Amino acid sequence: MKILKIFLIILLSMSFEPLKSEENNNNLKNKILKNTRCLICQGQSVYDSESDFASSIKLFVDKKINEGSSEEQIYEFLREKYGDWIIYDPKLNKNTYILWLLPLLLFFLGGAMIFKKLSNQK
Amino acid sequence: MRNKLNLFILIIFLSFCFAIFYKGLNNSNTYTPKITDKKNVPIFKAKDIDLNIFIDSEKIFEENIFYIVNIWASWCIPCKKEHPLLMELSKNNSVKLIGLNYRDNINNAQKFISEFGNPYSRTLIDYDGTIAVEFGAYGVPETFLIDKNKKIIEKFIGPINQQIIEDIKSIIK
Repeated sequence: MKILKIFLIILLSMSFEPLKSEENNNNLKNKILKNTRCLICQGQSVYDSESDFASSIKLFVDKKINEGSSEEQIYEFLREKYGDWIIYDPKLNKNTYILWLLPLLLFFLGGAMIFKKLSNQK
Repeated sequence: MRNKLNLFILIIFLSFCFAIFYKGLNNSNTYTPKITDKKNVPIFKAKDIDLNIFIDSEKIFEENIFYIVNIWASWCIPCKKEHPLLMELSKNNSVKLIGLNYRDNINNAQKFISEFGNPYSRTLIDYDGTIAVEFGAYGVPETFLIDKNKKIIEKFIGPINQQIIEDIKSIIK
């Protein structure tokens, strides 16, 4: 009886495996689509847009995930075809280094000013 | 002296902000993807509208000539506008035109071709727009010029015009 129970538990957990993988694929797809800009409705993500372009990208991302492409491979493909702008999260390159380095610079500058003020007070 | 220095830094900072915003406001607020380097023709499989069979891209671009891939649809108004120019270009023997019918009704696409003429040596069906994504297109019409090494060397977004036809002719000469 105990063996039968264990067997049933294993069988049931195995039958849920494809559902789990489908859920993971859906989560990954939604994550990618929310991070991709629609080039037709440029204020919206592909996830939110209902343009023809967005629906083609949705199908395309779905196809790539089912073929086993990783999140980074899909971003790389979209960047290569449409440029960096299609992804909301910009990479560090010659066009975006001010965007990435300016907050850091301001942070250190502010820190230095506070440090100087505090040491002057002492 | 210290106040003057602070004022100077503030002016420099404000000028910097002004320059960035001024440049930003002068830029176009719509983004258009550009071709910066030559890309290979994508590998895909598509259905031929006339033969009604699926064909590999290697077979489609097998000849050692220039190819033009034109993405079109019967519902696209600018496609009608550029069609006579494509008919003119199809008379040139150094280039073959491949039509990629984008998210269209097949009957309407066939009607469009029989009404306005067929400039394409082959018309492929892109039911869901994913082949257009492989090319890096985001709407219709878009036209791609492919050289003899099977590299995409030019991309024209929107309807082609007489000037573009002249440019293409000078490249494929």
